[in-house]
Amino acid sequence: MKNKLSAAARREENWGWIMVAPTIIGLSILNLWPFVQTIYTSFCEHLGFGHYRFIGLKNYVDMFSNTEFWKATWNTVFFCILTVPVGVALALLVAILLNAKVKFKDGFRTIFFLPLVCAPAAVAMVWRWIFNGEYGILNQILGQNIQWITSSKTAIIAVAIVSVWSSIGYDAVLLLAGLQNIPKTLYEANSIDGAGKVRQFFTITLPMVSPTMFSVLIMRLMASMKVYDLIYMMADNTNPALGDLQSLMYLFYRSSFIAGDRGYGSAIVIWTVGLILLVTLIQFWGQKKWVTYDI
Amino acid sequence: MKSTNSLHRSYAMAKFFTYFFLILGALIMIFPFVWMILTSSKTVPESMQIPPTILPEQWTLANFRDVLKSLPFGHLYWNTTLMVIFRVICAILFSSMAGYAFAKLKFRGKNLLFGIVLVQMSLPSQIFIIPQYQMVAKMGMANTIFALVFPGLVSAFGVFFLRQTYMSIPDEVGEAAYLDGCNQWQTFYKVMFPLTGTSVAALTIFTAVFAYGDLMWPQVVNSDVKMMTLSAGLATLKGQFATNFPVMMAGSLLAMLPMVILYLIFQRQFVEGIAGTGGK
Repeated sequence: MKNKLSAAARREENWGWIMVAPTIIGLSILNLWPFVQTIYTSFCEHLGFGHYRFIGLKNYVDMFSNTEFWKATWNTVFFCILTVPVGVALALLVAILLNAKVKFKDGFRTIFFLPLVCAPAAVAMVWRWIFNGEYGILNQILGQNIQWITSSKTAIIAVAIVSVWSSIGYDAVLLLAGLQNIPKTLYEANSIDGAGKVRQFFTITLPMVSPTMFSVLIMRLMASMKVYDLIYMMADNTNPALGDLQSLMYLFYRSSFIAGDRGYGSAIVIWTVGLILLVTLIQFWGQKKWVTYDI
Repeated sequence: MKSTNSLHRSYAMAKFFTYFFLILGALIMIFPFVWMILTSSKTVPESMQIPPTILPEQWTLANFRDVLKSLPFGHLYWNTTLMVIFRVICAILFSSMAGYAFAKLKFRGKNLLFGIVLVQMSLPSQIFIIPQYQMVAKMGMANTIFALVFPGLVSAFGVFFLRQTYMSIPDEVGEAAYLDGCNQWQTFYKVMFPLTGTSVAALTIFTAVFAYGDLMWPQVVNSDVKMMTLSAGLATLKGQFATNFPVMMAGSLLAMLPMVILYLIFQRQFVEGIAGTGGK
């Protein structure tokens, strides 16, 4: 009796399989199998035209003894350090300002969100012009002569500024939703106690919005670890600061598709995924210290 | 008496700073777009003038003419539109079916199969790119619209997102339809699917914005400039016009325009749709 399904249950099961079939077949071909292949390819030498020869750990040995690779790893981590804390903090500020009783709230929201619907390639192109060392408007305003994009000290900072500018509206909208979920009664009870606005922020707002902040942080971190398009657009092959600017994903693109060394490229992408996993795990472990899930 | 006065003053101060920072922020957000439009209407010598002019001394359309000559924008618009439309159709169709099945139907292997969805969702797309490219190349489909759509044929994110939507619809709705004589498929597409309009709209916007902005995949798979998307085509300009920024600004403006217009028309749906999907 237990193993025998009723006719209706069997029909339901068949429909279930039929309805998930396109997705599962698609994911298997497009993602699951490629995932396995990439791991395998990272242990291979690409002989051209999609032919591979197994070479064991050589790609990884080459990679770990390559200074360009370590530089790219550091650039990626440094890019996260530059973009994530500042980006999330500014987004929280914007969210708090938008959460106050302001006129044209929707208008402000629309403006802050605008970069998100613009292709990063186009956005980066505009910022290249603003940052241009000779004729860029930023130097004109500052009265400086900084070679933003071509000097090794400032190039990554310039890209980080563009990245924060692009994502602030999106993060702010998510944080705003988190702020609006805080019950008003909490503030009312607190203000009877005579607590000031600043203390309210630290005792109510911040703990209550911390779960949203955590998910925004994780998302921003993952996106920054994978940064590619902004760097591709801002850095040319002739850029003297390329070594101090290129991220792991940019190095992956160059190795795999410009140099055609797909085995080495696969090793880089596996390393990057491992790094993302590690950073995410650290965040999940660290959240216990500052994220409040119930108050 | 004095304390209410200072309370009023601090309230006014708070209000002033709120507007001050919001307006300052909004100006910083808007400025690059304004500067792009102004530069695209200047002549090249004028764009390099020091000190710079704010408004063009003489408005010109020459840059747009030049960029249209060096990039086949007609093709780029067409390719991007087709890619976005096909990806959106696939995402809605397959993800709705699977999302419904995972949320409402009982079948063996459900958890294992949903595990596949979760694995794909948590891995960055770059890890699939080399093998995906090799498949496209082996099929002889490089430089086609199919190649652009290929990685978006199924959407693990879409399945995950719509599953949550279907889970929020009470089981009684489906049961009532079932008792009325609908089979599972009819229950799905006549009764349940029409209830998910908001989520489907959100998924549509999310899929479209993401596909439109993606750079690496179209660069890898379509090297023929006539088969490129707006993003990939635009990227070729930076090599061609090293210092001719007015032309590059004209190109950027043309590349941004379609999505920005859609955004300005459907502001609320865009913001709530993309934020509602909670991931990118």
